[in-house]
Amino acid sequence: MIAEFNEIVLLSLQVTGIALFFSTLIGIPVGVAMGMARFPGRKLVVALLYTGMGFPPVVVGLFVYLLLSRSGPLGSLGLSWMAQLFTPGAMIIAQTVISFPLVAGFTMAAVMGVDPAVRQQVMALGATSRQAALTILSEARIGVIVSIIAGFGGIISEVGAVMLVGGNIEGRTRVLTTAIVLETRKGNFDLALALGGVLLGITFIANLAMLRLQGKSFDR
Amino acid sequence: MTTAATPLNQNIYQVRNLVQTYENRRVLEIEALDILAGEVLALVGPSGAGKSTLLRLLNFLEAPTQGRIIYQGSEFNTSGDMSLEKRRSVTTVFQRPMLLERTVYENVAFGLRLRGQRDSKDRIAAALEEVGLANIARQRARTLSGGEAQRVALARAMVLEPDVLLLDEPTANLDPYNVGLIEAIARRLNQNHGTTLVLVTHNVFQAHRLADRVCFLLEGKLIETGPVQEFFDQPRDPRTHAFVNGEMVY
Repeated sequence: MIAEFNEIVLLSLQVTGIALFFSTLIGIPVGVAMGMARFPGRKLVVALLYTGMGFPPVVVGLFVYLLLSRSGPLGSLGLSWMAQLFTPGAMIIAQTVISFPLVAGFTMAAVMGVDPAVRQQVMALGATSRQAALTILSEARIGVIVSIIAGFGGIISEVGAVMLVGGNIEGRTRVLTTAIVLETRKGNFDLALALGGVLLGITFIANLAMLRLQGKSFDR
Repeated sequence: MTTAATPLNQNIYQVRNLVQTYENRRVLEIEALDILAGEVLALVGPSGAGKSTLLRLLNFLEAPTQGRIIYQGSEFNTSGDMSLEKRRSVTTVFQRPMLLERTVYENVAFGLRLRGQRDSKDRIAAALEEVGLANIARQRARTLSGGEAQRVALARAMVLEPDVLLLDEPTANLDPYNVGLIEAIARRLNQNHGTTLVLVTHNVFQAHRLADRVCFLLEGKLIETGPVQEFFDQPRDPRTHAFVNGEMVY
């Protein structure tokens, strides 16, 4: 029982952690570029990004399911390294797709919130374009941390997509949210509540850690 | 330094047929303007005359729509290309100091860090001493008063030892004490280090106090340029006369 419980908690942290890592890795540079660059069609791209921020996770799960299923565009290729349906890999893909627009969208908003005159000043002090982008990112750091918190919140508590692509298989793809659904259906409310408490605790601790990352800027 | 790059009193900038247009609106049109190494040149004129636009072009922050600027022998034209080395020999102190969300010390060190110069504690300390803010080096920059913030911005520029320092209304909205301090620092920088100063101001008294030469811009055009005394005492153009005497309506 305890071993199973630990396994569920560990898998939840693994899947969410890896998905958040990838969505941050892609989302922050995309958000910075979208916040700073001006190009034809930018409005359309921003609209798509905002749409992605509100995308229902279960629909993302459906798309990933169809992509990875044996008759789908990726599943039919038979690539050995490609994540298979009903594995943690498929869950990581779905959660990355869910959190990426949240991280990129909030980062973009944070970067756009930095006074454009800061960039001009930084360039006047001799920055290269890359140095200017990193400085703007640093100035927008509170908003960037918020983007990561939003991405994390969007996937740690998500149930629809992981249920669809993971299948809630005991010992393989069962995570906290899917376990709560299952235990509630079985009438094991004590266990469901305990799992819910653990989920809340993890979320609280993760957010506290990210607040620490924001550093002293948060208090000013 | 200026003396190494361009001998004093030689042209450090040559502006030729320069046009800047924003959304089909021509905001600047200068046929010819030379700036000498080691001089203090004041750009005066009413709001919207194109002074700040010219300053941004002189700092290579935007490419001109037409024309070119020859800076230390290198051409800056519509392509917007200028070597990083040359770009880094010019810097600007803007009207708003735009300090970063860091300490005073870190703000002053910022430009040096961009250049990979991490071991410059003495230079930073000297710059802070020069602007009279050594005692608040560890304070967060955004907690400073307007005058203090502008002095930090000046120290941040000075520490880079630029060949050219562009000053865009650096004392607007400041109290007389801070205006005096900033003017004294600018003057020392020019006299002791040979730094070329280009000062944008619509305060003719400030131009009179600081400049060797003065340019009068109006509606994006260069109306008159001359040595400071001649410019104020015997302006050639009636529009310059009206501006200098506070009679211009705009």
